[in-house]
Amino acid sequence: MNQKEKIIEVTNLVKMFGSFTANYNLAFDVYKGEIFGFLGANGAGKTTAIRILCGLSPPTSGKVIVAGYDVSLYPNKVKANIGYMSQKFSLYNDMTVKENFRFYGGIYGLSGKEIKEKTQFFLKKLKMEHTRDIVLSEIPLGWKQKLAFSVAIMHDPKVVFLDEPTGGVDPITRRQFWEMIYESADKGITVFVTTHYMDEAEYCERISIMSEGKIEALDTPAKLKSNYGVNTMNDVFIKIAR
Amino acid sequence: MRAFIKKEFFHIFRDYRSMVILFGMPLVMVLLFGFAITNDITNARIAILDNSKDIVTHQITQKLISSGYFLLEKNITSQNDIEEAFTQGKIKAVMVFEPDFARKLKTEAQAGVQIILDASEPNTASIINAYASGIINTYSLVLMKGLSDLPVKINVESNMYYNPEVKSVYMFVPGIITVLLMLVSAMMTSISITREKEMGTMEALLVSPLKPYQIIIGKVMPYVVLSFINLIIILLLARFVFHMPVQGSLILLLSESLLFIIMSLALGILISTASKTQQQAMLLSMFALMLPTILLSGFIFPIKNMPLILQYISHIMPSKWFIIIVKNIMLKGTGIGYFWKETLIISGMTLFFIGMSIKKFKIRLE
Repeated sequence: MNQKEKIIEVTNLVKMFGSFTANYNLAFDVYKGEIFGFLGANGAGKTTAIRILCGLSPPTSGKVIVAGYDVSLYPNKVKANIGYMSQKFSLYNDMTVKENFRFYGGIYGLSGKEIKEKTQFFLKKLKMEHTRDIVLSEIPLGWKQKLAFSVAIMHDPKVVFLDEPTGGVDPITRRQFWEMIYESADKGITVFVTTHYMDEAEYCERISIMSEGKIEALDTPAKLKSNYGVNTMNDVFIKIAR
Repeated sequence: MRAFIKKEFFHIFRDYRSMVILFGMPLVMVLLFGFAITNDITNARIAILDNSKDIVTHQITQKLISSGYFLLEKNITSQNDIEEAFTQGKIKAVMVFEPDFARKLKTEAQAGVQIILDASEPNTASIINAYASGIINTYSLVLMKGLSDLPVKINVESNMYYNPEVKSVYMFVPGIITVLLMLVSAMMTSISITREKEMGTMEALLVSPLKPYQIIIGKVMPYVVLSFINLIIILLLARFVFHMPVQGSLILLLSESLLFIIMSLALGILISTASKTQQQAMLLSMFALMLPTILLSGFIFPIKNMPLILQYISHIMPSKWFIIIVKNIMLKGTGIGYFWKETLIISGMTLFFIGMSIKKFKIRLE
């Protein structure tokens, strides 16, 4: 494992808000092309950690390197090399599919030609070419999420952060969504994903589980289950998060 | 950046309600205010105190009445009756011709008319005053050509009863320009930023390599353009519907407006950092900006008639200073020398609000 290239390196990350410690001494690495599950109950400090990894807020102390850049020194370099998508983020509802691609391609500095090609490529892959000129608000949620993921990896980021990407989506679409995740991981894009669906957690290569600002466990799903002597990830999660 | 600005225009043009507000508002407001006021003076009742009763005063009286703006309610005979004529209520103005009017014009080449106005309705009074003086001046020009080579001058002196502070005509156009620029710039910006927050797309923008200032400029650029279009619509309406030309420099007016627009945009950003939802942003802009702008800026109610404490409060309203500037340029045709102080105040406020909003915006990012 260690000979693999590290894409995310976190050492002794601490984040305080006043006297409240949101992240307490986090330390983990994520490797190139890995699908890394970032789990934890609501309020465990996941969102704070993701915001730090994305360069949105600087750590109080500790070192965080994402895609080769220190987030507190070069947040903009980090931002240019990552993709981001959350459950809430579902593109602009009052713009068409094509316009959404063009907008996000534009802000990531892609040329007009590249944007056209990528739009073509993703729509073909999703079999959604007919939706090109449809305003997004008329497209079902599951499709939107797949589009949002495509847009998030359109600029070939090194890491893509997915914050509960499949919330409110039906099981079939979720399955298709994970196929897309695997496909991009195969292409070398590291996937950093949070979820509350434990079946999805099983799809991840490694998982960390946070509780009260600390990482309580970090391993492959199989090892976690045997370490805690239970049969499902659900039970692992409940044991730790409690 | 270009992509960003383009996208912002998409938002605006796809949202029909915003479009209606944006472009319907100036039309409705200018026409409403305009006609509400001009209707008042199509048949304004006046009284005449003619101390001379000669051919010239008779002609002037005829001119006034045939203009269609005035109805002669009655002729009064003595100075003492003026007060009574007003208190009876129907009369808006009294014209007083001085004795020996025609003779003085001939021998001294000048004579005086006094217009006494009921200024308890300030707008009406200002407009009557302007129209009456206009008619008399035109008449004196005609007279000059026919009568002699000497320049003939009829001195029009106006006297505001009940409210001596009213100074300018056409109070409403500068006021509407101010209110609308504020509305479009501040309210629309704050709403559009909070909408991104609500939809969660703000997050996506923040994790993109766009810098905060680029996001802000991208967001406000379209509103600068739209505010400008609105401004031009109002000026055109004022010019062609209400025959109110811009006396001073148009370029100066536009640059001062740009300054005010930038200030309003900064205010809009500030509001958006303080509110979580679009409704909140809307209410905040309404109560924190619109009402004070309308009530305390001197737009409708003369500031000098307010209680002292409100007068002090009005000093911190940016709109008050902007209205002064617009009135100066549009009505008096004065140059920057007459209102550099006001310009400086607005510049200061602009810097202050920009600084505040950048600071707040940054805090929110963390």
